[in-house]
Amino acid sequence: MLELYATPVSSRLLLGTARYPSPAILADAIIVSETEILTVSLRREMARGQQGGAFFGMIRDLGRRILPNTAGCHTASEAVLTAKMAREVFGTNWVKLEVIGHQDTLQPDVFALVEAARILCAEGFEVFPYTTDDLVVGEKLLDAGCRVLMPWCAPIGSAMGPQNIPALRSMRAHFPDVPLIVDAGLGRPSHAALVMELGFDAVLLNTAVAGAGDPVQMAGAFARAVEAGRSGYQAGLLEPRDMAVPSTPVIGKAVFS
Amino acid sequence: MRVLIKGAGVAGLTIAHELAIAGVTVKVVDTAPGVGTGASGYAGGMLAPWCERESAPDAVLTLGSKAADWWNAALPGHVRRNGTLVVAPARDDAELRRFASRTSGFTWLDEAGIAALEPALAGRFRQALFFRNEAHLDPRAALASLHLKLLGMGVAFSFGIDPDEEQAGFDRVVDCTGRHRIGSLNDLRAVRGEMLVLKTSEITLSRPVRLLHPRIPLYIVPRDNGLFMVGATMIESEDKGPITARSLMELLNAAYTLHPCFGEAQLIETGTGIRPAFPDNLPQMIEQDRQIFVNGLYRHGFLLAPAMARQVAETIGAGAGRAHRSQRRPIHPTRVPAQEGVAP
Repeated sequence: MLELYATPVSSRLLLGTARYPSPAILADAIIVSETEILTVSLRREMARGQQGGAFFGMIRDLGRRILPNTAGCHTASEAVLTAKMAREVFGTNWVKLEVIGHQDTLQPDVFALVEAARILCAEGFEVFPYTTDDLVVGEKLLDAGCRVLMPWCAPIGSAMGPQNIPALRSMRAHFPDVPLIVDAGLGRPSHAALVMELGFDAVLLNTAVAGAGDPVQMAGAFARAVEAGRSGYQAGLLEPRDMAVPSTPVIGKAVFS
Repeated sequence: MRVLIKGAGVAGLTIAHELAIAGVTVKVVDTAPGVGTGASGYAGGMLAPWCERESAPDAVLTLGSKAADWWNAALPGHVRRNGTLVVAPARDDAELRRFASRTSGFTWLDEAGIAALEPALAGRFRQALFFRNEAHLDPRAALASLHLKLLGMGVAFSFGIDPDEEQAGFDRVVDCTGRHRIGSLNDLRAVRGEMLVLKTSEITLSRPVRLLHPRIPLYIVPRDNGLFMVGATMIESEDKGPITARSLMELLNAAYTLHPCFGEAQLIETGTGIRPAFPDNLPQMIEQDRQIFVNGLYRHGFLLAPAMARQVAETIGAGAGRAHRSQRRPIHPTRVPAQEGVAP
């Protein structure tokens, strides 16, 4: 079973909670997906000093584990401050660390990310860093104290799906024992199945479900895709060849060319 | 029959109108000094159920499609039936296709079509969606006129007093106090909205324009005298404090993207309102003893208040003989409110 900071997790699908048509649809999508971990953006949705009001209350009532995120933070200090606020509001040491470096692509600022990760790990946070597929950055995040990495496969919300499969493969090979969660860029269930087949431990989605025509149905579709991809990976996938291999043995047949 | 209506926002006033026309004796009370001081006063006033269908359930379209007729009948001259224009910057064309795939009742326009409708936007967008059947009104002007009309019809108003102390001597009480019921009505929550008003004589628009953007979809609604309402954020928060710098920046960016002329406009107002909403973002009428709660109008106050008003009138038994009684079925399953904290 997958363990994230010593917490066993059976669902390999993590869901974001932003931009659903309504909280009722969000709640249904969460139930259908059977996800156990929800990310919640603190910055915009937090009522100043009011513990977030009814929306947070509804999310808490769903009984899932909360992974607060620092979405929208552009500097290390902003992200650290947000993480500390999240710890108070949600009573968890978990934080999905996002430090955005570029307004258009929402690409992480990996320098500020490593800096913020170091500060937060030293203060006892269990950090889930949203990073690129760069191996060296991954190494530095582990040095900083992270025990999970969350690489993108395409820009946040872009729905482009895996853009650099060789890089994702090499990331998996380079960090065989670190839980790797693909965060950002997945658009379709087949994208999720693909990265799970590559051996990634889990995926995190938001827009692909929230923005679908029927978010509840899409949540179920992703849940099955994640499970199928994981099973396929565990079952042992065939490597592609450049010539046909007959399903029926040919030795002993009348013609053999 | 004597009915007390608590709350002089769009819900309270439309219900007052529906009841007064049916011959009911109505009094409207509010703690505020006048009408429309809550979320109603910050509304866009778009009667745009086809566009809203992009993210709202079908009920918003079925209940809202007659809203423009209701407002036009109640307040002749206020409703502008010029439709809605939906545009997207060239690189966000996919957003326009997505919007089209979720909605109905529109036609595609090319550059020439856009220029014919809104000459000020000529050459700025390659394509647009035009929702011909939609309309808009100025919420503050409409509520002020409705107030005057109701006074003329004999409806009594009491402002600046606690509505709970007024209810002796009434047969029914209709509570339309919006966000003030958050915490006492089950599952009612706050959705913060921020807006601003720009003034410029350099550009003229005839209809609301929605600018699609993957992260910050926004609209601009033209008012009289060179005023443009730009809105609106939707934030899960009950914070009623002033607009944030980020929201202000995004709203202004949208206006500037629509037309650079807005860069020279005067920023004459910013505002924050709290929209009360139920988990499915649809309004509810909740009956408890003599009291009826109408709440959860979310971002659809002017759009759905007429349908809610008709339902209240029929529930009270004042709907008989009225011309437009197509809504006989309950609008939404009614619920029993939380036992605690609800004023009797």
